[in-house]
Amino acid sequence: MAFHSEPVAKPRIVVIGAGMAGGRIVEEILKRDDRMFDISIIGAESCATYDRIQLSPVLAGEKTFEQIVTHSQDWYDLNGVKTHFGSWVQGIDREARRVVLHDGQTIAYDCLILATGSDPIRLPLPGADLSGVVAFRDLHDVDLMQKAAEAGGEAVVIGGGLLGLEAAYGLAKRGMKATVIHLVDVLMERQLDAAAGRLLEKALAERGVSAVLNAQSEAILGETHVEGLKLKDGRVIPASLLVMAVGIRPHVEPAKSAGLTVERGIVVDDQMRTSDPFIFAVGECVQHRGQCYGLVAPIWDMCRTLADVLTGKNPQAAYLGSELATRLKVSGVDLYSAGQFNGGDGCEDIVFRDPARGVYKRIVIKNDQLVGAVLFGEAADGGWYFDLIKKGESIGEIRDTLIFGQAVTEALAGVDPNAAVAAWPDDTEVCGCNGVSKGTVVAAISGGADTLDKVRGCTKASASCGSCTGIVEQLLKVTLGDAFKAQTGPKPMCKCTHHGHAVVRQAIVEQALKTIPDVMQALKWETPDGCSSCRPALNYYLLCAWPREYQDDPRSRFVNERNHANIQKDGTYSVVPRMWGGVTSARELRAIADVVDKFNLPMVKVTGGQRLDIFGVKKEDLPAVWADLNAAGMVSGHAYAKALRTVKTCVGSEWCRFGTQDSTGLGIRLEQDTWGSWMPHKFKMAVSGCPRNCAEATIKDFGVICVDSGYELHVGGNGGIHLRGTDLLCKVATEAEAREYSMAFVQFYREDAWYLERTAPWIERVGLEAIKARLFDEEARKALMARFLESQAVFQVDPWAEHAPQSEPAKVFSPLADLRSEKKEIAR
Amino acid sequence: MSGDLALQTPPLTWLDVGAAAEVPYQGARRVETDKGAIAVFRTVDNDYYAVMDKCPHKGGPLSEGIVHGRHIACPLHNWSFSLETGEAVGADAGKGCTPTVPLKIENARIFLGLR
Ligand code: SRM
Ligand SMILES: Cc1cc2nc3c(=O)[nH]c(=O)nc-3n(C[C@H](O)[C@H](O)[C@H](O)COP(=O)(O)OP(=O)(O)OC[C@H]3O[C@@H](n4cnc5c(N)ncnc54)[C@H](O)[C@@H]3O)c2cc1C
Ligand code: SF4
Ligand code: FES
Repeated sequence: MAFHSEPVAKPRIVVIGAGMAGGRIVEEILKRDDRMFDISIIGAESCATYDRIQLSPVLAGEKTFEQIVTHSQDWYDLNGVKTHFGSWVQGIDREARRVVLHDGQTIAYDCLILATGSDPIRLPLPGADLSGVVAFRDLHDVDLMQKAAEAGGEAVVIGGGLLGLEAAYGLAKRGMKATVIHLVDVLMERQLDAAAGRLLEKALAERGVSAVLNAQSEAILGETHVEGLKLKDGRVIPASLLVMAVGIRPHVEPAKSAGLTVERGIVVDDQMRTSDPFIFAVGECVQHRGQCYGLVAPIWDMCRTLADVLTGKNPQAAYLGSELATRLKVSGVDLYSAGQFNGGDGCEDIVFRDPARGVYKRIVIKNDQLVGAVLFGEAADGGWYFDLIKKGESIGEIRDTLIFGQAVTEALAGVDPNAAVAAWPDDTEVCGCNGVSKGTVVAAISGGADTLDKVRGCTKASASCGSCTGIVEQLLKVTLGDAFKAQTGPKPMCKCTHHGHAVVRQAIVEQALKTIPDVMQALKWETPDGCSSCRPALNYYLLCAWPREYQDDPRSRFVNERNHANIQKDGTYSVVPRMWGGVTSARELRAIADVVDKFNLPMVKVTGGQRLDIFGVKKEDLPAVWADLNAAGMVSGHAYAKALRTVKTCVGSEWCRFGTQDSTGLGIRLEQDTWGSWMPHKFKMAVSGCPRNCAEATIKDFGVICVDSGYELHVGGNGGIHLRGTDLLCKVATEAEAREYSMAFVQFYREDAWYLERTAPWIERVGLEAIKARLFDEEARKALMARFLESQAVFQVDPWAEHAPQSEPAKVFSPLADLRSEKKEIAR
Repeated sequence: MSGDLALQTPPLTWLDVGAAAEVPYQGARRVETDKGAIAVFRTVDNDYYAVMDKCPHKGGPLSEGIVHGRHIACPLHNWSFSLETGEAVGADAGKGCTPTVPLKIENARIFLGLR
């Protein structure tokens, strides 16, 4: 072989692929020894090596192509590297150790390096071959997109990962209306949690990129050129340009046909050696210890290792895999994600939110080590966190300040928190919400404000979101010494927040917060997604405040409200159809009897609320049972809901010898007015035809006692754990007034009470007088009723009817799969 | 694994139980097996976990609880469990544990490791 017979000849290295890894490996080798090898590089792209990452700013018009070239033709020439750009390697002849180019030319090697990168995945959708359908991988794609954008119009990007979002942003900046279609509920879900994902969604919307989440693409429409994208749910989104950014696949072709070991990527060992000892591989085409990468950081590590090995600088150098970090390149959107935030066993989250500056930070700690970080809105510390993650040292000492970033942590290292606060300069801002400085707080304390409440009263510090409560308390301690007694503010909703219910309700309305993540961000929730106690409350407050706009969140509802039936201790359900005012008919009774027979149900019981409860229904049978009851005209009785339950009635003037008014009829009408309305807790009504009160109206949330001259309205009764008789609200002359008052009362309760607070404790808290004052003001009463009717227009729907068997919502009532021996089924 | 142990413990069989997308975000689906139902969860961070669908307290179906963080609150009496270890956490820590089931996602499908 030439290399043996000519002692002066240098070993020949041939690199296939002149992308980021190809350029870098040449550079790393030359850095170590620029005379040792005779190097050739072959690249399919017609230009020299550029920074592929920067294609995003190029697309957005923020950089030019010239600015992103990393290794130019001149650079290669100067370094004596032979280049073959615009050439395609067709085959590798491992026997003869040479590569064959597309034009038949052959190049001999002593050592071959594969740096073939990856190919964008193309979804096999109908219409995928239309013109105007592009990927986002190389300069050619960017050219196509730029041309398309010149004509304006609409662009659709499939894929809400890093690449897709950067493509959409670039196109929006070039004047197109850009829409991102994403399969799951959260953008960049591999790097972000839902809270950060939601902030990102908003930041992108402000930059002209809208996102359609949870959407599956079905077909690309158009004759010869793309005209739109059809989704599985039937929606069609018009588009003159469609970008597929759904992922990448390692480009393994030359390696595979040469018979190298290839799985998902080209398999290499820790020295980047493939199954052929003369062939190495680096970059995205590689599979190392089972892992393929799609970012550049691992590539730099791989290239360093391989250069050490080849030049003999360190023949034992080993690549051990890389931790990953991601930064989104959308101007003005500061976003960083590193490590894992889904770290497995025993992880603990620390969350920091600053709504005023749009900041969300979450760090994840496991076994006293930092394992992950998500930063939104302020990502300058990303690299520092990433370093801590990679080092894996104990963070025990700096744990308390870690979330505040590098500067604070280093300033306070080893300092007692009280002493640290004492040492702050007077102009340090303590309360961000109200702009109160340390000096102001200390002055107030010295002036006699010796409790948290007093400080709040005279400075407003910690009076809004409450997250600086701890610091104000420290200042009290430092200033007053032993004279300070710790004291608590209003009881927080749960351990996820400092706020009580009242502050949260108020903020939702005043700050127009319309989703659960928005509330959590604005009010500085300390957990990423709340808990089983705050989420149902927030869901209720939001739907009450924004009936038309809020999208109900079933995952934040307790089982009964999610499944529209009452769960029993054996996991089956009970079903209670509405029986208006306690009145039924032969047809209804027959339908109930038929359901009981058909589904072989063990028990039917008359409830304390004057209706029938059918027990022992299996979850998967619920939709079918409801369908049969619906067919006989019955709807859900909401026996499971924080909502109107029953309206008990007595027989009244229609039959009873003492009856003064049509109590049964009024009860039915009250139930028709109010059924379906979600409330802070369950709500029960009753109408008795005379003061003998056979319907027990005086232990109901809203009770009516009919008398000769009209209707006595009673409120705030409870027959439950703490028996409470009603208070008399007022007496009205007509049925119409009774109904108006009932709706106004319900709405006042809905808007004012705290979640899980029934009317009895609510009235004890706010006082009957406050309720009278509101309801006796005619204008206020009419306004309450109008808001109630507005809400009912949305919510007075039968959830059972919405779950018709075989429908999409009914699907989740069946198991995902049934692997029991007698049946083997998998939901497709 | 030592030879003896390998004899005692049958090897895991990975079974495809459905598409990952079929499990709702912050939700769960149930898989019926001869050894009892398994609850398959998906968290807000898009992680998947599987545990036996039976609360160690009084047998409540955990798949019907509220998923928060990496925890599940039982629908019957609100005990919370770690989805990673199956152990009760918070106020009820130490009171019980529901067995976890090996789970992996491949090509957007869910596989459970059953013996
Ligand atoms: C079925 C029924 C008992 C019966 O067989 O009669 C019933 C059954 C339950 N009641 Fe009740 N209550 C029933 C009428 C009552 C009544 C009587 C009434 O409504 O006139 C009361 C007292 C009146 C009141 O509420 O002021 C009543 C006071 C309670 C309480 C205590 C509420 C309180 O404020 O203290 C609870 C516990 C709770 O809600 O937190 C409760 C909770 C329950 C729950 C939902 C327990 C649970 O959380 O699972 C039971 C559901 C069983 C099921 O699966 O169906 N149930 N419950 C009655 C259904 C009425 C209906 O048709 O919807
Ligand atoms: C728009 C965009 C934004 C990105 N942003 C980031 C980011 O912010 N952060 C980050 O870490 N990463 C980012 N990436 C990913 C990063 O660019 C890649 O990880 C990196 O380019 C991979 O380098 P590589 O050399 O392995 O592959 P490539 O850069 O793709 O190079 C492979 C080269 O080999 C050539 N080739 C393939 N087969 C042959 C053959 N048979 N003959 C000749 N030549 C061949 C190809 O034409 C290509 O030029 C981004 C990628 C894109 C597309
Ligand atoms: S009184 Fe109500 S909650 Fe108690 S056992 Fe009876 S039905 Fe259940
Ligand atoms: S059965 Fe689960 S908490 Fe009681």
